[in-house]
Amino acid sequence: MNVNETKLSVSGHESFPSLSIELWQHRHVLDLDDFSCDEVNLVFEIADAMSEVISRDVKKVPTLRGKTIATMFFEPSTRTRSSFELAAKYLSADTVSLDSIKSSVAKGESLIDSLRTLQALGVDTIVMRHPCSGAPYIAAQNLETSIINAGDGCHAHPSQGLLDMYTLRRHLGDLNGRKVVIVGDITHSRVAGSNIWATKALGVKLTLCAPPTLLPHGLHAMLKKCSLDHVTVEHDLDVAIRDADAVMPLRLQKERQQSGLISSIREYIQLYQLTPQRLSLAKPGAIVMHPGPMNEGIEISHEVAYSSQSLIEEQVTNGVAVRMALLYLITGGKIR
Amino acid sequence: MPEKVLLNSADIERALVRVAHEIVERNKGASNVVFVGIKTRGVPLAQRLAKIILDMEKVDAPVGSLDITLYRDDVSSLSFKHVVQQSNVPFDISNRHVILVDDVFYTGRSIRAALDALMDLGRAETIQLAVLIDRGHRELPIRADFVGKNIPTARNEEIKVYISEVDDVDKVTVMKPGDGGGDERE
Repeated sequence: MNVNETKLSVSGHESFPSLSIELWQHRHVLDLDDFSCDEVNLVFEIADAMSEVISRDVKKVPTLRGKTIATMFFEPSTRTRSSFELAAKYLSADTVSLDSIKSSVAKGESLIDSLRTLQALGVDTIVMRHPCSGAPYIAAQNLETSIINAGDGCHAHPSQGLLDMYTLRRHLGDLNGRKVVIVGDITHSRVAGSNIWATKALGVKLTLCAPPTLLPHGLHAMLKKCSLDHVTVEHDLDVAIRDADAVMPLRLQKERQQSGLISSIREYIQLYQLTPQRLSLAKPGAIVMHPGPMNEGIEISHEVAYSSQSLIEEQVTNGVAVRMALLYLITGGKIR
Repeated sequence: MPEKVLLNSADIERALVRVAHEIVERNKGASNVVFVGIKTRGVPLAQRLAKIILDMEKVDAPVGSLDITLYRDDVSSLSFKHVVQQSNVPFDISNRHVILVDDVFYTGRSIRAALDALMDLGRAETIQLAVLIDRGHRELPIRADFVGKNIPTARNEEIKVYISEVDDVDKVTVMKPGDGGGDERE
């Protein structure tokens, strides 16, 4: 007999779905700027069910049997690509992955023609990453097939924004009024870009922390224009981190050092590395997240990365559940 | 025409008590029996059956809940999408007698989906089906082992089951076409 037998109490009856599927309005997932709070919560609710599936011994459900999902990455990626591919496989979809460097792109084929070929092959959903900001939008305009943006240039990475907030919600419950700090190269971060919208949808207070050279030009004007009044900007991490519920250092892209945006890595470490001392200024037990890959010893210290407050590995696991939810919503049947 | 009440609270209770007795009789006790309710209304019905058996046999049979959305045959066939909810079967069903519980037994498609879902959770000794209402019109070769009440219906009639844990009242009603009102629950 299994020792893990727990009985559901009659009064603790599990509820109806609290949200209607009709809230879902997307044919593509390009960024989170057009996601309502309800839509984000719908993704989370379905991700909860997917988490149960991936915790099983047999991680497979037949939901997307007969559907084909293509991953087309024009930039190197291991975790996002394998996360999407596993998500598709757990839902029984067939996957095809195109390695652009070896494919016809190298022979001079245009982006749209490559994507049209996939469409003609009968692919139902294309998961794409591209070094140019906005590339998935061009794809979405030119194709019938659904597009999921897995990162475009310095612009957006919507599935990462969703999995970050999902991970936070699993630990903090309702996120309304919580304080999150993102620290690092904001200008070149699509993770920050999508998290700005995800935090807005959920009522999270977001602080962007970076030296002025790593913040986009005209940031304040942009925040004002898009009425992103939940965002504050702070250059001093020791100030920004106060009372934070969660801190997310971004990877310092080493190629930026050459372009003169930071004076030296040593100075950056001095001022912006997330250390146990800095983390102690946040709320007790504050959560540490990182979109990966980490440069341990640069933006995050080893002790913090592997502390009990770090949810970096859980983010990876949750990423699969969130991407299963997105693939289900995008590739599954019509809405009544 | 308003909806007509077919079963009231006492009728439902009596049907469940009888079904509980049949389950115990068929399985020669309840020591190896587990319940899995299909969401949403199969879950409180499974809990009530387990409670009756606890009072009767002093055996506390575990109760799980199953969401069958991921196994439906209408998701990938370009039909309709539903919100997926979490399944919660926190016990091993291998080598147990699983009593699958649902409120209305109609085309059999939900049960087909539930059987697939159970297969993925382990190899049960047996799977037996208990339903509160059997309204006929099967589209698959599936039958129920335990039936609270057989209600012959026309296809265009609508059977609604209300369970107090979900709907604040216990009753089963039928509505003729053109009466208006909500969608079919199976």
